[in-house]
Amino acid sequence: MSSATERVAARLPDNDAVLILGVLFGLYVGFTVLGMALGLDIAGLASTLQRITFFAAVYALLALALNLQWGYAGLLNIGVAGFMAVGVYTMAMLTAPASPAAGGVPGLGLPLWVGVVGGMVAAALVGALAALPALRLKADYLAIVTLGLSEIIRLTYNSTTFQTFSIAGADLGTGASQGIQTPTNPVMALYYTTPSSPAAGKTGLGEAVFGFFKTLGLDEPVVVDWTYTIVLVIFVGLFYLLLTRVGNSPFGRVLKAIREDELVASSLGKNTNRFKIKTFMLGCALMGLGGILWQGSQQLVNPALFLPIITFYVFIALIIGGSGSNTGSVIGGALFAGLLFEGPTFVRRLVQQTVDLGGAPNTFTDAIAALGSLDVGPLLAYTLADVSSLRFVLVGVVLVYLVQNRPDGLLGHRKETAAAVSLARERTAAGQADGGETEVDDE
Amino acid sequence: MCTHIMGIAETYSRGRSVVAERPLTLLVAVVCVLLAVDLVSKLLGGSLSVLSLAVFLKDGLILGLVIGLAGVGLSMTYSILGFPNFAHGDYISSGAFAGWATTYVIAGFGTVSVGDLLLLGVSGDASAGSVGVSVVSTPLAVVAGLVMAVVFTIALTLLIDRLVYKPMRDQEGISLLIASVGVALALRYLIAFVFGTSRPGITGGSIPGIAVPGVGIRINAHEATLAICAIGLLVGVHVVLQYTKLGTAMRAMADNRDLARVTGIPTERVVRATWVIGGGLTGAAGYLITLETGTIAFDFGWVLLLLIFAAVILGGIGSVYGAMFGGLLIGLASTVSLVWIPSDFTTVAAFLVMIFMLLVKPSGLFGGVTTA
Amino acid sequence: MSESDTGVAIEGENPEEITDIDPEEDSDVERAAREIPPGRPLRVDDLRMEFGGLTAVDGAGFAIEEGSLTGLIGPNGAGKSTTFDCITGVHRPTGGSVKLHNEEITGLQPYEIAARGLVRTFQITRELQEMTVLENMLLAPRGQQGESLWRAVLPGVRRSVQAQERELRERAWETLEFFEIDHLAEEYAGNLSGGQRKLLEMARALLTDPEVVLLDEPLAGVNPTLERKLLERIDELREQGYTFLLVEHDMDVIMENCERVIVMHQGRVLADDAPAAIRENEQVIDAYLGANV
Repeated sequence: MSSATERVAARLPDNDAVLILGVLFGLYVGFTVLGMALGLDIAGLASTLQRITFFAAVYALLALALNLQWGYAGLLNIGVAGFMAVGVYTMAMLTAPASPAAGGVPGLGLPLWVGVVGGMVAAALVGALAALPALRLKADYLAIVTLGLSEIIRLTYNSTTFQTFSIAGADLGTGASQGIQTPTNPVMALYYTTPSSPAAGKTGLGEAVFGFFKTLGLDEPVVVDWTYTIVLVIFVGLFYLLLTRVGNSPFGRVLKAIREDELVASSLGKNTNRFKIKTFMLGCALMGLGGILWQGSQQLVNPALFLPIITFYVFIALIIGGSGSNTGSVIGGALFAGLLFEGPTFVRRLVQQTVDLGGAPNTFTDAIAALGSLDVGPLLAYTLADVSSLRFVLVGVVLVYLVQNRPDGLLGHRKETAAAVSLARERTAAGQADGGETEVDDE
Repeated sequence: MCTHIMGIAETYSRGRSVVAERPLTLLVAVVCVLLAVDLVSKLLGGSLSVLSLAVFLKDGLILGLVIGLAGVGLSMTYSILGFPNFAHGDYISSGAFAGWATTYVIAGFGTVSVGDLLLLGVSGDASAGSVGVSVVSTPLAVVAGLVMAVVFTIALTLLIDRLVYKPMRDQEGISLLIASVGVALALRYLIAFVFGTSRPGITGGSIPGIAVPGVGIRINAHEATLAICAIGLLVGVHVVLQYTKLGTAMRAMADNRDLARVTGIPTERVVRATWVIGGGLTGAAGYLITLETGTIAFDFGWVLLLLIFAAVILGGIGSVYGAMFGGLLIGLASTVSLVWIPSDFTTVAAFLVMIFMLLVKPSGLFGGVTTA
Repeated sequence: MSESDTGVAIEGENPEEITDIDPEEDSDVERAAREIPPGRPLRVDDLRMEFGGLTAVDGAGFAIEEGSLTGLIGPNGAGKSTTFDCITGVHRPTGGSVKLHNEEITGLQPYEIAARGLVRTFQITRELQEMTVLENMLLAPRGQQGESLWRAVLPGVRRSVQAQERELRERAWETLEFFEIDHLAEEYAGNLSGGQRKLLEMARALLTDPEVVLLDEPLAGVNPTLERKLLERIDELREQGYTFLLVEHDMDVIMENCERVIVMHQGRVLADDAPAAIRENEQVIDAYLGANV
């Protein structure tokens, strides 16, 4: 099995863009076929593919951020969800209106960009808080500390103590378990004159775009969702560019060395702790931004969205793709979102639609009892009804399988040279055509 | 006279070097003293009654015993196998579910259908009221359940070791850690798949208790059972580890696995023994925790896990008494902290205690002493 | 030359014997000119290192001369590698001092010491296996702009990072050529043979522009041809002003190549003299015989 996957990996094309697009295309084809089998119309298909792309993008964003910490520098952060929460909540608290509608939580009423930057800075600072002391410790302690910290963060946002409070005369709040509203998605402003109430009228662009897609049978919400999803995809590109630059630089080279043997890096004059803290802070800032782009776009956030399970999802996405590879992180995000996250529910819908298993029994023992009379139907029906639990089991099993058999994931075996320029010898390169001494400026 | 002065000078300079080199230790010490002073002044001032402090202390001790008991197994596997087992919390849940299903079948046989009894009322028609389990009313079922919890958890840990951890024996702790996260997910949601996700009451009937004279608090039979079993098991494990060849071999392995192998210690057998002892304790812990809290849910072990990690790290990884002591400290920290902070922050307080411990003394209070 | 049989720091007991040039005198002038001061670039006094109850280094003291190749020998367990570890900051010594050009470097972090121009190789080579030989090399140079996160990332500024990378790339290639392993430049370091790794590690150490290089058994496991090459390289480098301290088990290598030899035994300096004198030294012979060598 492992040698088979090895062969598959070896046959993967070298062009990363082709690779990523290929994976996305494969997912699209797969879900289109599934969707057609389910009898979805064009709007249903468009919205299905939007969902897949959305989750692929957010998991890619977070996997990229985690890859910087874990893949490059070997810093095991299992508090991803906590840093996302800090980003989103800070953004929400900075931007929420100072005098909210009834039931809302007051905020500082600052512009969105201030909120986003503030969220990233806050996530980075909380990251530094965790990293400064924990980096002295063994890797497994860092894991426990970050997990503990992410729970501290979630429980703090969940606490009624900070539901609303005042600092220096300004009213603020987290909304406790009910959560806090996030700003209206800025893509709405493209299409509607009043972003917060679509009914108030459309912009010229809105009229044109909605009109066009109407003819294809796509409604306004689908178009708006797709627009935001494209924004997310652009952010994936930006993250990728940024992190590839970090990786392909003397900075990235030191990280690679730290991961392999910290004493060597240190013996060559590198202040390894400073590198680790910077890396950790940058990664946390990106996690904060990832959280903002994901949960911040959903109108309301609450602490239950930041359970540790989110962190493990991101981990699995990264491990599927191969920690250490940015391209792998993106592919891992897409595969995780498509196959593990959305796939099982689709399969359930398909099976339920095509095979009549009768009503699902209420309990597991009833389903098992039916096996006594050689009737597998009730067990299958029970299984399908509870596919949400089994999805977690599947995620766990896949994680164990990957760690045991493919610890490098799909692309972790690929070793990208950490340098800001091609390291080929100039002399030999000069002999060749101009392609030799390429400014491999960030691929 | 002269030596006296020198003694003072020495103490003074030692004090100065503590200030300079261990500022965090000092900070923690100062904070502890301030809190203690504040506690006394609150008691004297009447803003805190003796009764509520006594309740905090009792609850904290019980929670501490729970965490400590659950922590010993984790501490052993952490030190001997070299990785923090994130599936430990779900071993606790597994043991509890297996044990209580047994208890329910025995206690409720004939009154409710076996299928429903097995599901403990998490799903199905059994309920705490209709089955009515307690130490006093159905002692046999409880003992049988406890035994089952131990046996089942041992079997489960050995099976998982065989499937997951054994093939990875040579890998780094971090890979094992990640694998254990996968195991944790799979186990937890298998329980959810079979039993469901609600959180029903599990013990029923009236549970007798005795009043502690003077302070006006009561200790019920289940709390007493938990305390007695926990202390008994811990002392037993300590004796086994301290005075047997197995214990010596475990200490040697925790110290240096390769060296242990070279010197002829059958490392695989020691690993198995570690899982057997650790797993057994973990199953017992799960069962007893459920007995004491009186409820069960598919994720209760996972929820406890971070507190357990906190206790184990606090006490020093590998130390049985350390885990117990760490558990008590974490338990007390999360109840006594109610004197100062609102109740939603008690868990936060416990985690903060752990993080501070890691900063001040990463090897733990009983650090350096492994498996003793 | 056996005044150090008590094992305490030679410097403390009889300084003029060792320091015939006072390092203080010339160095100030020279250092102002940012040159390597003549005299004693590395000086170790009364160095102690205890692990729990075990004393690995017990008051060792010596100084080495600029541009010299000094041998550090001694039976197994004499404390040579621990001394290296203490000098380079891997361990914080429990006592004594280490000075680099009269600057106290005792107890500094390894990176601080390396940044001051003292580098080492390891007894068991620690090349970074999953990095190419070139990546390993490019890790070494000091003062790389691209090690700042902002410079590595920001558009525009990155140009100057790339310019520096090109410069360093050339230097790396030249150094690899010098060590005659340039044909392996794009191999992963993990694929190199034992001898090649020794060469890589030395090449990498030199690319940090060090003043003092500590070599911990650089010749162990290296075939004779390579060994000769390495020693020739060291000679050439000494002429360029590099100073070497060499731990080696092969007595012939030490005796033939070093102008001075320091003998350690049980954590102390037993003798510190020219090779010929060391050969005659009864105590050294006893120490080695006692250790069954």
